Amino acid sequence: MHLGESMRECEYSQISTRSSTPMETPYKSRTPKRKKWEAFPGRNKFYCDGRIMMAKQTGVFYLTLVLILVTCGLFFTFDCQFLAQELSPIIPVIGGALFLFVLGTLLRTSFSDPGVLPRATPDEAADLERQIDVANGSTGYRPPPRTKEVVINGQTVKLKYCFTCKIFRPPRASHCSLCDNCVERFDHHCPWVGNCVGRRNYRFFYMFILSLSFLTIFIFAFVITHIILNSRRQGFLVALKDSPASVLEVVVCFFSVWSIVGLSGFHTYLISSNQTTNEDIKGSWSSKRGKDNYNPYSYGNIFTNCCAALCGPLPPSLIDRRGFVEADAPQLAPPTNGIIMYGATQSQQSQMAAATPLLPQQSSEPVIITSSPENGTSLPTRASLTLGGPCTSFPLGQPTPPTSTPSLSCHEAADMLPIHGHTLNHTHPLQEQAAHHHYLTPEEVPSPPGMLHCGSPLGHSHTVQASFYNPASQDSLHEDSVRGLVKLSSV
Amino acid sequence: MKGFFPTSTDGNMATEFHNLQELRHSASLANKVFIQRDYSEGTTCRFQTKFPSELESRIERTLFEDTVKTLNNFYAEAEKIGGQSYLEGCLACATAYLIFLCMETRYEKVLKKIAKYIQEQNEKIYAPRGLLITDPIERGMRVIEISIYEDRGSSGSSSGSSSVSDSTAR
Repeated sequence: MHLGESMRECEYSQISTRSSTPMETPYKSRTPKRKKWEAFPGRNKFYCDGRIMMAKQTGVFYLTLVLILVTCGLFFTFDCQFLAQELSPIIPVIGGALFLFVLGTLLRTSFSDPGVLPRATPDEAADLERQIDVANGSTGYRPPPRTKEVVINGQTVKLKYCFTCKIFRPPRASHCSLCDNCVERFDHHCPWVGNCVGRRNYRFFYMFILSLSFLTIFIFAFVITHIILNSRRQGFLVALKDSPASVLEVVVCFFSVWSIVGLSGFHTYLISSNQTTNEDIKGSWSSKRGKDNYNPYSYGNIFTNCCAALCGPLPPSLIDRRGFVEADAPQLAPPTNGIIMYGATQSQQSQMAAATPLLPQQSSEPVIITSSPENGTSLPTRASLTLGGPCTSFPLGQPTPPTSTPSLSCHEAADMLPIHGHTLNHTHPLQEQAAHHHYLTPEEVPSPPGMLHCGSPLGHSHTVQASFYNPASQDSLHEDSVRGLVKLSSV
Repeated sequence: MKGFFPTSTDGNMATEFHNLQELRHSASLANKVFIQRDYSEGTTCRFQTKFPSELESRIERTLFEDTVKTLNNFYAEAEKIGGQSYLEGCLACATAYLIFLCMETRYEKVLKKIAKYIQEQNEKIYAPRGLLITDPIERGMRVIEISIYEDRGSSGSSSGSSSVSDSTAR
């Protein structure tokens, strides 16, 4: 009976919003209803009451905006008058239209939801855990991270389990570690745009870079024309001195043209073959991988692929940013007997801790309690870890001895290549430094704590062992995405 | 840039929950079944039509399969790539997407139809059997969540305890 009462109390605390404890329940009716964007678990910033959604680091986005605004401003102020008089008044009109289009698509790309997948509700996560446990049988081992195989149009595709979001990722989805979200049809995280590029904003991104390449070429060409026409009358150096702004514009445009036009070409190729940047970098559908390897998502011809990517239906946002958090959604009492739960939230952890003394503890397996704070709260006590499974793709049910972990991590790291020639590693501590001016491949949030990050240049010399997890080794900015392990021992 | 779910649907679901909240005083939530996505045809939205064992005693197989198949057809219609969607896409691009301030996308229209259909199914078929279907859009289009309610008066949480004992019987 005592167990029942404590379960019910904890159940109520679980139902209410994330940060509530049983103590706060009596005050729940007084607190105003929060909107869902305020309780959003990912690392995004919201503006205008949830209408605008961006990544956490937006510095480079402002740089992009400033560059575009300043260059176009200078063009319209200093060059357009001359060009309108000498050549044709339609030049500023076209320039203006291009500029507005570029700005519109940029803002649309940056501010919209890229296709974030909401995290699993506790019931869903528990149900998945149950299914996986049933599939694994009673080996007693905690199995390595899970994959599911699906055959799509004749091609076998592996679906990976996301420990942060507690879902099996749909095909082509990936977890962005910068934003800490799973994104559908993940292309890449673009710091220039200040957001991920995914299913819902890929077309805006493509139109942005395409129109920006036209705009850059346009400005470049006409500023050069302006200087040349001017220098015929007055001489080259005088012409340059007359309009110093033109020099600045030429310099900016010259460097932009190479990168932006190149990028547009690359994305045109991706769209026509219906691939994402992520897939192209990894060579998922390259024929080098195997004779029978082909892209199961391609429609076969370039025209259909382009139309599907650019003119296909635009799915709505799945995260319902401006809805209210439901405080009293009915939930099941979570099972407490012998269930391995990954990523237990703090409230669940306290519940488990409450229930633990009542369960028979077998001496063979130590009880592991860590926690995964959802709102950046500090991490409570830790105990020793047993297996820290790597995040490589393993067939289910295969136990992994800890010593083989490092080699497998290297395998996973080799799978993920850096992007566009930037020497970039995708580990957490180094990301913040490297993130600013590079495109970043999506990467999976590393598996449970205790395992070193994939592809760390530090190597895996200090391998995973059963040791105390040191929170200081984790990047402090990623404390939200630390998953916990709660293992109850009756398995 | 509509990022939020149309409120009218929330309103419908709210009244339904209100009715079921009253039901909940006499019934308790015993279990939830999750119908997962079927990715065999790619990334288009489809749900598995496999009949879950927990529902065997609660509802006829054909009714369940009909519901899921109809939902799959709705989603296929929403995501269909053809003349109308191209037209909508090009028109939207030409008007710099401002047209969506006055008009809703085809996808949103179909989602509204789906919400209505689910409510209808709940009222006519599922609630009388003590079941409740949650619209997949509220679960990120990942699962169809079917809640199984048990009468408090009757043999308690018989199906509930069976689900727990499933996990312990290893």
